[in-house]
Amino acid sequence: MSNTNIFPPFVARRSFIELSARERAQSLMDSGSWRELVGPFERIESPWLPEQGIAPQSDDGCVVLKGKIAAKPAVVVALEGGFQAGSMGEVSGAKMTATLDLAARDCQNGTTTAAVLLLETGGVRLQEANLGLAAIAEVMASLLALREHAPIITVIAGTVGCFGGMSLVAGLSSYIVMTPEARLGLNGPEVIEQESGVEEFDSSDRPLIWAINGGEQRVGMGVADELVVDDAERIAAAIQRYVKAGFPVVHRSQQVELYRNRIAALDTSKQFDPFSLRESWNNKKKEGVAR
Amino acid sequence: MSAQVGLRGRAWFQALTGQNSPMGGDPASVLTADVRLGEDMALYLCVVPNPNARYPCVRRGEVGLEEAYTLARRVRDAVEQDESGRKRPIVAIVDVKSQAYGRREETAAVFLAAAAAADAYASARMKGHPVITLVVGQAISGGFLTHGYQANRILAFDDSGVVIHAMHKEAAARITLRSVADLERLGHEIAPMSYDIRDYAKLGLLHKLLHVENPDSPSPATVALVQWELIAAIADARAGSTDLRNRLDSEGAREMRKAGSAARARMEAEWVTS
Repeated sequence: MSNTNIFPPFVARRSFIELSARERAQSLMDSGSWRELVGPFERIESPWLPEQGIAPQSDDGCVVLKGKIAAKPAVVVALEGGFQAGSMGEVSGAKMTATLDLAARDCQNGTTTAAVLLLETGGVRLQEANLGLAAIAEVMASLLALREHAPIITVIAGTVGCFGGMSLVAGLSSYIVMTPEARLGLNGPEVIEQESGVEEFDSSDRPLIWAINGGEQRVGMGVADELVVDDAERIAAAIQRYVKAGFPVVHRSQQVELYRNRIAALDTSKQFDPFSLRESWNNKKKEGVAR
Repeated sequence: MSAQVGLRGRAWFQALTGQNSPMGGDPASVLTADVRLGEDMALYLCVVPNPNARYPCVRRGEVGLEEAYTLARRVRDAVEQDESGRKRPIVAIVDVKSQAYGRREETAAVFLAAAAAADAYASARMKGHPVITLVVGQAISGGFLTHGYQANRILAFDDSGVVIHAMHKEAAARITLRSVADLERLGHEIAPMSYDIRDYAKLGLLHKLLHVENPDSPSPATVALVQWELIAAIADARAGSTDLRNRLDSEGAREMRKAGSAARARMEAEWVTS
């Protein structure tokens, strides 16, 4: 009897979540097609962290690979959740912005180049505060310029999730792929509890957090596109499909009237039930209102 | 800091537009008006506190779901109307405490609402509308990313009541496990962490710091000065590129963002088109 008969399939699968940012990025590109740009040996590091007694990292927690996905030119930018919670600083922001700008330049010159963003990030790196916030604004601007030419696919796998200003970057993407372990939201639960009180959000209530921010909910309510189990092969297959698919009919962040009406229709006298919201928003998708 | 966030925003919206109410169907927290400015009709937008807002976590001037989608709608309407004509200037008057910190907002995907507003502003800029941000009070975190940070040109008052930052002081102190005093001390040593608008100006992100007398109650003379500066910024934006390159090329950026420029230069050098 072979092992495949004894062990259930999940035993053989390769976890994506357990990979580093660099390994994640590598696992998404066509084998042998990629090289890393501005890698760790160039030692372009945050100048602001050592001043505050914090060890910098030689890639500033941002890995950029250029190569091919499904035989098409692509870049992958991966944030390392294990370094300063994947937060955006001056250098990591500049690497991401420059990558998006150069991909857009290639597109304009006839080489359509898709971008895949692996976002494990708490948002702005508070030790670089205003340069982090400015970097996120610049990433958003460059993403939107590239989005006129090529699809941008955001992957949120976990376990950090995608929060703060970087959730806007996810929101501007053409497609969002999430695992059930991933979370996506503007404010993390701890921040809401701190700012608005534990009665507003109990950040120790993990089922509540995943019911609101979790991948299943975000895909279920139609604000993310695909739920994929934590399996590197399946995630790579999903990305290949989106790179081949090109643009969606409409980008979600352009669907202002649809979402404005949905927000206006909500009863704000009490907290929203995540499951009811999923049902009602997703029903509309079936009616063909959404993209 | 101003005693109450949003009062200045409303005061300046009124002073610059002569109006003080939202457009029909819009929430009371978003003021918009098309008003003559120099040779142009300009669209002004401002988010103000609405103590009676439907959403409880935006009542002190935060930017939430309704605010973000309303900004997006108004900006997109202007872009559509000007599709084949002269692109009107869009002026974002900014005095926002932050994004909304609420469970309702998170549940209903406020990240997407914020993205939709930023998308609208950036799209307007890319289509050739001069988008000018005037920071009259606070411009904090996700509130600023949603409303103002996609502008071609950012103007701010040179005044202690003006704060541009990634997170307000008390919250940043709690999250980074520092005291407010420590944070203030660090701010003096490390420019990007400072809460002082003059330190922010050193980063090269601002087009100009405006010296105005008594910004809490704009006099006709100050209003005229600010209008003149807006018109100058609009002309400058029209003459420049539609991206945010000016923030990278500025004198301040060349001095304060050396590591970022180095990363960018390396990326360009190593990039080989497939």
